[in-house]
Amino acid sequence: MSRQSKKIPKWIWGVSAGLLLFVAGFATQQYDDIYNKAIMICLECIGIG
Amino acid sequence: MKKFGLAKLRLQFQIIYTIITNGYVYGFFTGKIYKGPLKYACVPGLNCYSCPGAIGSCPLGALQNALAKNKVEVPFAVLGFLFVFGSIFGRFVCGWMCPFGLFQDLLFKIPFLHKRKRLPGHNILKYGKYVMLFGLVILGSLMLLGGFVKSPAFCKYICPSGTLMGALPLMAANADLRALAGGLFGWKLAILIVLTLVSVIIYRPFCQYLCPLGAIYGWFNRFSLVQVHWEKEKCIACGKCQKSCPVDLKPEEISVSPECIKCGKCATVCPADCIHFPAKR
Repeated sequence: MSRQSKKIPKWIWGVSAGLLLFVAGFATQQYDDIYNKAIMICLECIGIG
Repeated sequence: MKKFGLAKLRLQFQIIYTIITNGYVYGFFTGKIYKGPLKYACVPGLNCYSCPGAIGSCPLGALQNALAKNKVEVPFAVLGFLFVFGSIFGRFVCGWMCPFGLFQDLLFKIPFLHKRKRLPGHNILKYGKYVMLFGLVILGSLMLLGGFVKSPAFCKYICPSGTLMGALPLMAANADLRALAGGLFGWKLAILIVLTLVSVIIYRPFCQYLCPLGAIYGWFNRFSLVQVHWEKEKCIACGKCQKSCPVDLKPEEISVSPECIKCGKCATVCPADCIHFPAKR
């Protein structure tokens, strides 16, 4: 097998990094922050905050 | 794919995607927003989470909210979404999965005498989205702008998606919110109106010059899974791809440029069959 065919595509590294960040986000309970912000009407977003 | 009509397929995909990700119809009638568990996750495109129909979170809003917290921490979760979406799709998200992109695409279909792909001064103005990203999204959220409370500066002062998809439908259905609208809402509405008018003449001005999310995904464009592939050896340099490209890219720039939204128009017009979308692997 040539060296070229063994090379891992960069997008796989990107997805892997993303998955690691997911885990880190889960460990630090950041999904709760995303959810808590998203279920309230964001007054800044609609221009009255 | 070419005979099928990629442009039609893209439009249908954009519409269906927008309907699905903003499918909480009840919210449009009541002026309330969805509060279910899907909002733990971010959607790929610029989709205000205060849109009454939105079933997911806006990645840019979530990023700013994380940065604007009093106790600053690395926003791992939002970066995770951005890395996964970016590495797989790049700016394919902009071309196919962004409701505000669809809005601008539809406006550009309105007949007008002098349609243009770019604004004069494009080569400088295109950096505007990076100014928005670093200036308003990152620094603006980290600093105390306009008072003693941190706030998501891009959402607050610029984001036209929030005005179009959040403010207008919410205020239409909710008299209490309507009563609160003041100068800031007027400013944001003015931005939306200007962008709406300019979008009739220029192709996607917000995406090309202002969108911080496009700036983020543009960084992934060069190596994302979804690619448009150009075979240099087979190219006959006819220029048809650049002519058809809505953002006026040369064949060697297609897909690798941070400006390419991977609409695939170039692949459909190439007479030498040297542009492939999606890329053959």
